[in-house]
Amino acid sequence: MTRTSRSTFVPVIVGIAVVVVLAILPLLNVSIPGVLPGPTYTPGTLALLSLCMVYAALALSYNMLLGTAGLLSFGHALSFGAGAYGLGIVLQSLQMPLWPSVLIAVLGGLVIAVVTGAVSLRVSGIPFAMVTLAFAQAASVLVRRNAQITGGEEGLSLPTAHVPDGLVGVVNTRNLYWFALVVVVMAYLIALWIDRSRLGHVAGAARENELRVRVLGLSPYRAKLVVFVAAAVAASLAGIAYLLLQSGTQPHAVSADLTITILVMVVLGGVGFRWGAVVGGVVYTLLDQRLTVLARSDAIAGLPDVLRIPLSEPLFLLGVLFIIVVMFLPGGIAGTADALVRRRRARRAPVSFVEADRADDVAEQDVRV
Amino acid sequence: MTDILQVRGLRAWISGQQVVEDVSFDVPERGVTAILGRNGVGKTSTLRAIMGLISRRGEVRLGDERIDGLLTHRIARRGVGYVPEDREVFAGLTVAENLALAERDRSPRRELVAELFPDLTARMAQRAGTLSGGQQQMVSLARALLNENRVLLVDEPTKGLAPKVVDDVAAALERAAQTVPIVLVEQNLQVVRRLAEQAVVIAAGRVVHTGATADILDDADLTRRLLGVHAEQGAGA
Amino acid sequence: MSTVVLALLTGVGLGALYFLVSSGLSLIYGLMHVLNFAHGAFLSLSAFIGWEVARRLDAANWGGFVLSILVGAVVGALFAALTELALIRPLYERHIEQVLVTVGLSFAAIALFNGIWGTDPVYIAGPAWLDATTSVLGAKVPNVYWLLIVVAAIVLGLMVLFLRRTRYGIIIRAGVENRAMVTALGIDVRRSFTLVFAIGGAAAGIGGVLAAQWAGYVSSGLGQTLLIFAFIVTIIGGLGSLPGAAIASVLVAVLQQFANFFLAGTGDFIVVVLLAVVLLIRPSGLLGRAAI
Repeated sequence: MTRTSRSTFVPVIVGIAVVVVLAILPLLNVSIPGVLPGPTYTPGTLALLSLCMVYAALALSYNMLLGTAGLLSFGHALSFGAGAYGLGIVLQSLQMPLWPSVLIAVLGGLVIAVVTGAVSLRVSGIPFAMVTLAFAQAASVLVRRNAQITGGEEGLSLPTAHVPDGLVGVVNTRNLYWFALVVVVMAYLIALWIDRSRLGHVAGAARENELRVRVLGLSPYRAKLVVFVAAAVAASLAGIAYLLLQSGTQPHAVSADLTITILVMVVLGGVGFRWGAVVGGVVYTLLDQRLTVLARSDAIAGLPDVLRIPLSEPLFLLGVLFIIVVMFLPGGIAGTADALVRRRRARRAPVSFVEADRADDVAEQDVRV
Repeated sequence: MTDILQVRGLRAWISGQQVVEDVSFDVPERGVTAILGRNGVGKTSTLRAIMGLISRRGEVRLGDERIDGLLTHRIARRGVGYVPEDREVFAGLTVAENLALAERDRSPRRELVAELFPDLTARMAQRAGTLSGGQQQMVSLARALLNENRVLLVDEPTKGLAPKVVDDVAAALERAAQTVPIVLVEQNLQVVRRLAEQAVVIAAGRVVHTGATADILDDADLTRRLLGVHAEQGAGA
Repeated sequence: MSTVVLALLTGVGLGALYFLVSSGLSLIYGLMHVLNFAHGAFLSLSAFIGWEVARRLDAANWGGFVLSILVGAVVGALFAALTELALIRPLYERHIEQVLVTVGLSFAAIALFNGIWGTDPVYIAGPAWLDATTSVLGAKVPNVYWLLIVVAAIVLGLMVLFLRRTRYGIIIRAGVENRAMVTALGIDVRRSFTLVFAIGGAAAGIGGVLAAQWAGYVSSGLGQTLLIFAFIVTIIGGLGSLPGAAIASVLVAVLQQFANFFLAGTGDFIVVVLLAVVLLIRPSGLLGRAAI
């Protein structure tokens, strides 16, 4: 949606500023007690922040499916796992250098997405959700079964033979942090491209009213497939970063549990908002980590069982938070913030309504053309 | 004569699409009021909006009470009977079960229903899905007549039925109209002429004409302009 | 030959278990259009509490065991009814949010169970007869499967009686077909929603207690694993159809067992393939939308 030239530049400048700040963070000595385990140059904090960015990228990729195209997928972990396990297996069996292996893993994720997407998108709604679940389950079973290749239940550890030294080991957490930053920026750019493109608009229009889109001679199937594959590629990138960051991966990476976790992140952050997905991924990861630390603390240990047990399970608290958000703040963090801003803007001069109307008209034209 | 139903500025939406723009009309407490118009102008949506089955805004009064904000089952309990387009009987249930489901009052008017629809009494154990169109229409009507309703909303009851059956349905409605006021959406103009004293004509989601049925249908120009058919035809799709 | 008989009978038994879990899911979706992700949590909680009861009385005793099944049913029904009243009803007609709220509940509930009972499976014992086997045509069938079949048949019978003979049963059958028309007849369907949740929860609860015997342990993961199979069965059988759920349960489980026995343990995989195939050929499932 177009806006006046002033407001087009502001988000871009803000975005670049954020990325720059994040990039130089490892060189600074910033401490946020209670949130970060240590100052920002320490490996522990950098590892946590990297994980936040990996999950932010994953949340962004899922938001493409749910927010942009209205596709409720229960099998998104498949793409994430395809990246993580894909890279691991390629490194292990093909013995090639890192970067070509990354490329192969991404291509693998893309091919899997094209095949599963082409099949799944033949149905919609609940059946679509179930087919995606089925594919992810099949992958989960394959991973657990073929222990020689995937390490089975124990997981796959990163074959470091061909990984550059700069990306291995705690000492180099900084470099992995920057790699994760690159991944989340790429995921964001992919999401941005999808949202702004004609295909993204067609998919979004199809989300509202599929019949109208078809009557206009556009193909919702193709648009949705492109969004599906783009989301999968972004998720595979996140998976690759995950493998490198954690020096390994487990079957959890292809499980329905993970897809549900991603869903929680995106809803918490606000479905349909790119920055919401990022916030959701970061907040969830930080909360999970912090609550786990809190759970082990003496303060909690001293409480009576009735309080101690729920409070020592971070996922319980996150689940309850999720329920509260769904029931009372369905827009999530970004949606609620956006609604507040809109209400404030509406009270100002009617000029903004004209702009809003014009913006809507332009968006309509995009779909019509 | 007071009005049993007053509709003011009714607007309605289906899946975000506005289907009723601005409808206002009154239904007197006796007789049949027809709602006429071409296909797709919003007649069915008007009835569904009154029943609360689709999103709506505006004022709808049943007697003294506003019903436009109530949930559908509360509106029905206040005494609004609904006979939907396409009958919507429960195909997997027997005739008896369909009727039992409809019984709200303590003493349902089973004798009236048995008298009006003898064919149904013989078919109580039959699955409603296996009934003919006409028989299903009887079930649908019977459901609305079992209770002491204050008004009936009847939507295209003769749609897709053979002429003899159309006649039976019209006769049943005539009988029913003796005891309860009816709002009738109907494309078959002969049935309209037979049953309705007054009519409301809708076009593009708005009321464009109200008046005595005879006056409207006798005016060939008006009929053609508003309803798109000749008065002599009008046997609906 | 005896392997075939074994695969067949254990398949039917496993199908009985799937039916207990999926029957509720199917009715809930058919009537309310809600995909209840918390169903696995109902199962797990019932299994845990059923075990706690059996443990305190005497697990090996049939009286204690039957009591634990009844307790499981009650716990499942209560948990489900409370869920419907507190979380689902306030979100009336907002189906996506209702699904999400059940997702959140399963998330929180599993974590809570892990906190209370730990993440490791708790090995349990029941009446000795269940550990034994009975010979049929040369196949040694573990007795737990007979129990599953009998209990599931009883539950199915009770459900059919309820749906056919009671007023609420008629309302639910009509509601699965056409919920809007039921409300237009003046019936408040929301009460039926709670009832359907409770019935589904009870069946899942019974399934949970029996599943623990079948698996040999209780854990929070038990519910989640079975839930995925229950979803698959419900979709294949047709959402909202009780006979569909019954037929699909047996079909899927028998296929799974045959694949496990004769195709090198690929049962899980085959089930998933079957789901994909059914969804692509006939998205509404085998029997589509009709409760009975």
